[in-house]
Amino acid sequence: MSYNYPDQQGHFEQYGGIYMAETLIPAVEELRQQYLRFRDDPEFKAEFAYELKHYVGRPSPIYHAKRLSESLGGAQIYLKREDLNHTGAHKINNAIGQALLAKRMGKKRVIAETGAGMHGVATATVAARFGMECIVYMGAEDIQRQAPNVFRMKLLGATVVPVESGSKTLKDACNEAIRDWVTNVENTFYIFGTAAGPHPYPMMVRDFQCVIGNEARVQMPEMIGRQPDAVIACVGGGSNAIGLFYPYIEEKTVQIIGVEAGGHGIASGKHAAPLTGNAKVGVLHGNKVYLMQDENGQIIETHSISAGLDYPGVGPEHCLLKDMGRAQYVAINDDEALAAFDSLCRFEGIIPALESSHALAHAMKIAPTMSKDKVLLVNLSGRGDKDMNTVARIKGITL
Amino acid sequence: MSRIDTAFGKLKQQQRKALIPFITAGDPSQQLTVPLMLGLVAAGADVLELGVPFSDPMADGPVIQRASERALKNGMSLRGVLGMVAEFRKQDTTTPVVLMGYGNPIEAMGWEVFAQRCAEVGVDGVLTVDFPPEESHEAFEHLQRHNIAPIFLLAPTTNEVRIAQVAKLARGYVYYVSLKGVTGAGNLDLSAIAQKIPQLRKHIQLPIGVGFGIRDAATAKAVSKLCDGVVVGSRIVQEIENSGEKNVVANVGKLVKELRIAIDQ
Repeated sequence: MSYNYPDQQGHFEQYGGIYMAETLIPAVEELRQQYLRFRDDPEFKAEFAYELKHYVGRPSPIYHAKRLSESLGGAQIYLKREDLNHTGAHKINNAIGQALLAKRMGKKRVIAETGAGMHGVATATVAARFGMECIVYMGAEDIQRQAPNVFRMKLLGATVVPVESGSKTLKDACNEAIRDWVTNVENTFYIFGTAAGPHPYPMMVRDFQCVIGNEARVQMPEMIGRQPDAVIACVGGGSNAIGLFYPYIEEKTVQIIGVEAGGHGIASGKHAAPLTGNAKVGVLHGNKVYLMQDENGQIIETHSISAGLDYPGVGPEHCLLKDMGRAQYVAINDDEALAAFDSLCRFEGIIPALESSHALAHAMKIAPTMSKDKVLLVNLSGRGDKDMNTVARIKGITL
Repeated sequence: MSRIDTAFGKLKQQQRKALIPFITAGDPSQQLTVPLMLGLVAAGADVLELGVPFSDPMADGPVIQRASERALKNGMSLRGVLGMVAEFRKQDTTTPVVLMGYGNPIEAMGWEVFAQRCAEVGVDGVLTVDFPPEESHEAFEHLQRHNIAPIFLLAPTTNEVRIAQVAKLARGYVYYVSLKGVTGAGNLDLSAIAQKIPQLRKHIQLPIGVGFGIRDAATAKAVSKLCDGVVVGSRIVQEIENSGEKNVVANVGKLVKELRIAIDQ
């Protein structure tokens, strides 16, 4: 039996689903129907492919990080360069897909939540590209951490709404975007940024992001004559990861490794790693997933140096892949991610996003334990320009 | 017969409409919740909706969000809410109590344990905002086993197929959300409600309560003419927020009395 998820109701075994207030159920149902209608429509596929090629600049290259690999003395590290996409991260792949769908559904107003700001920038970008009104919800804390991205969104014509409730981060931005959607459901398309949320989002976002893994499956044999030994990606909600992993699920010789944000360390409790930290299964933002919560079922505040990974849940398909044992999930702490960030800057002249630095850090951790003919493919999901302020602050430098 | 059915049966005989106030348990303090519940009944409430606070109240506007935050800060938990209902039942054995909130605190407790505890302490119905019928099979099974009514929401966006689906599962009463938006929003459209209710009645035999956006006695009265019960939440929670702990029971009682008089006119 081959891998085939989700089912009709959006379940990845016990995970996923449509846990939403009644007012929005017809909206997610309409979205599901429209997505299924256009997913295999030749015209839709052609337009999506055109935008990815000419607007995003795909395919993104794969780069052999030779100096970095040599310095580690083990497995060869290759990078899937999603950081070279227009707007600087993988988020644009999904934003374009959803915007094309919004256009076909006649929705002129789009909303989005954002953590690090990359999905907000991607959404603001496609809204400008297709002439749509754009509102982005962003936690007040994240607005502080990611000031350059806030300015970028405004330049692109979006309205950025600071969210002051709760922990003032990504989860609260999601809450506020859902409140907007429930109020403006008739004219508004919610461009959700990660492979989580109510069905069909986890499936749809995965499908749009699969271009990453589909390209890699062609590129790796061209470069090294075979597939890599492992594919590695960071996991917050998990959209860049599922985009790389999904096309490799049936490729049993390829190990799949998701890297969560370990923050100050799993033992400290201050992290954002529900899969690695053995969180209980729970329900938030429309889906049932591994979820960081206290014993009373209240969602707890997470911590990560990277705003894009600072989220208490994770996409439902990652929960399933963990249970099946098809993917392995590990955590990388703030300081390890920072060290990897520095290494890539110095050895390769590439400034990675702090999110992607987690995936890289894990590759750097295991590479020395492997022989030199082994190959690790790391998804470099975004560039680090947005993180200048955060990194400078940690290094005690005022810009 | 359940307390909810008895209450609505009696109202029907008297040709009166139900007044269903909502408060968040643990707001403004844990000590004041049971006195507030008793005060609501004394002021004329027919059914009490008791909010179980949640860290991420996605369907709620700022007023109830703040109430949840206050309640959580006061140490409120689902376990604690159940204890309050037990306390309330020592003094009131007839007024139905419906717990309203989000699913995760119940998931964390486990539906069977929760439903059993509900039956023990005297909870009559459970409304889980983010559990639509599609995801309620497990919940439904456990609630049914212990004779707890699953209360479902219907919305302006709910189509006829779904109304029929909910009609099959719902017990007690159904709660019609009178506007597209979060709790406490201000864009109530009476004529839209008047249009929707007959569509609901085609499938739903249970009493229909209407809520979201009912901010004063006049609106409560107008809405009550269209349905079987009026749910008032944010307006009452706002009164709680604006009152000092000393006056809160009296102030809320006064407000609910005004609503009662308006609805009975």
